[in-house]
Amino acid sequence: MGWFFRALNSSIGKKFVMAITGVCLLLFLIIHLVNNLTLFGGPELFNNVVKNLETIKPLVRVIEVILALIFVFHITNAIRLWIENKKARPVNYKINGSSKNSDIFSRTMFVSGSIIFIFLVIHLRTLWVAFNFGHPKAVTHEYFDILVEAFSSPIYTGLYLVALILLGYHLYHGFQSAFQTFGWNNKKFFPLIKKLGLIYTVIMIIGFASIPIYFFFFYGGNV
Amino acid sequence: MSGNMNLTLKIWRQKNANAVGGFETFNVKNISLDSSFLEMLDILNEELELKGVEPVAFEHDCREGICGACSLVINGRPHGPLDKITTCQLHMRHFKDGDIIWIEPWRAKAFPVIKDLIVDRTSFDKIIQAGGFVSVDTGGVPDANAILISKESIETATDAAACIGCGACVAACKNASAMLFVSAKVSQFAVLPQGQPERYLRVEAMVKRMDELGFGSCTNTYACEAECPKGISIRNIARMNRDYFMSKIKSENVEM
Repeated sequence: MGWFFRALNSSIGKKFVMAITGVCLLLFLIIHLVNNLTLFGGPELFNNVVKNLETIKPLVRVIEVILALIFVFHITNAIRLWIENKKARPVNYKINGSSKNSDIFSRTMFVSGSIIFIFLVIHLRTLWVAFNFGHPKAVTHEYFDILVEAFSSPIYTGLYLVALILLGYHLYHGFQSAFQTFGWNNKKFFPLIKKLGLIYTVIMIIGFASIPIYFFFFYGGNV
Repeated sequence: MSGNMNLTLKIWRQKNANAVGGFETFNVKNISLDSSFLEMLDILNEELELKGVEPVAFEHDCREGICGACSLVINGRPHGPLDKITTCQLHMRHFKDGDIIWIEPWRAKAFPVIKDLIVDRTSFDKIIQAGGFVSVDTGGVPDANAILISKESIETATDAAACIGCGACVAACKNASAMLFVSAKVSQFAVLPQGQPERYLRVEAMVKRMDELGFGSCTNTYACEAECPKGISIRNIARMNRDYFMSKIKSENVEM
């Protein structure tokens, strides 16, 4: 198996790991968004959806572990690549001309990723932990109220919106970048892939942003 | 003469590979709009020699954009502000009187500075030595056109072969990655029948060598394609990635 690990540790192999875990996360976001949109069906529908998930808890846990592993691979690999890539240019240019030859989305992947990671920790802490580990409202299956409570804070809602804009940057580059890494770049389809990436990103960001905005303005902390 | 320019140059000077470098400021006067960027540097060097100052070392050879020797990062951009030309093809009419121009060498761990603006690009040769060739055939002389090649294939191959190995892709990449260069050198054989026998071994060997030499990884910013004087396409990188995965799957080579 030495050849296999050597392949994964090569520059192209590391790109491949980024791309494949990235694609998994792109797919996860679709499922996550569909799930979230049930919030617009009101407290009863959402609480029932979450309650139903409780009945298949062991399966949910397995999926959560797989998802966590995907995140870990994506993040650790990114940190490793970032360090190695910094080392590849020990002396920086005095004048940085990168804005003339590349777009901002591709150049800020590490920064946008880092902020998304901070957001992810806060997001898990306030919602996932509350849903799973003994929040009084979770015990009585009133999950909807937890969200009302969380998004009553303008700071928390604002943080979501800022993180989502950066997530948009990250997704827009990541989508087409994954195809390029897999070698699926040809004259006919690549422009289409770039457009698809933009459509995907816009749908994801508008979809996810609609929730904190909806809760902040329509519930405003009134449980 | 009217229309001539006075310029301030901020040039990276470094005595040798081990010395600490820094920027020095030079003023050049009465530069013709029709002179090339390298001619402007020649004028500066003549003046420096007359003054008994060590001239600025920079690389150049053909001065017609085909050899790949010239290598300057001008105001943060490899080969200057224009697309699809080398430094030697850049003319002073693209600058304005009174401009401050920053001139730096290629910056990459794999391209150490030898002196001033000259970097050591032997790394590229080492990558070619690892597999960027077609092994010599033996036997009688084959008939011309015995192997049919489609126009599309030959165009793809020659477009890749247009790479002059100047290293602007490495200089432009924020990760100092050599993917565009290596992918061009892989692709020029990968799409031709003559390149098929060694297709997979070639890509594995060249990528391995590239990694060993300390180039960074590709993060698909496509800065390389934008700065390449020959307009080498990033589709070559996609082809190399594809071949690399296929090689890992198909070949029985466990050594790489």
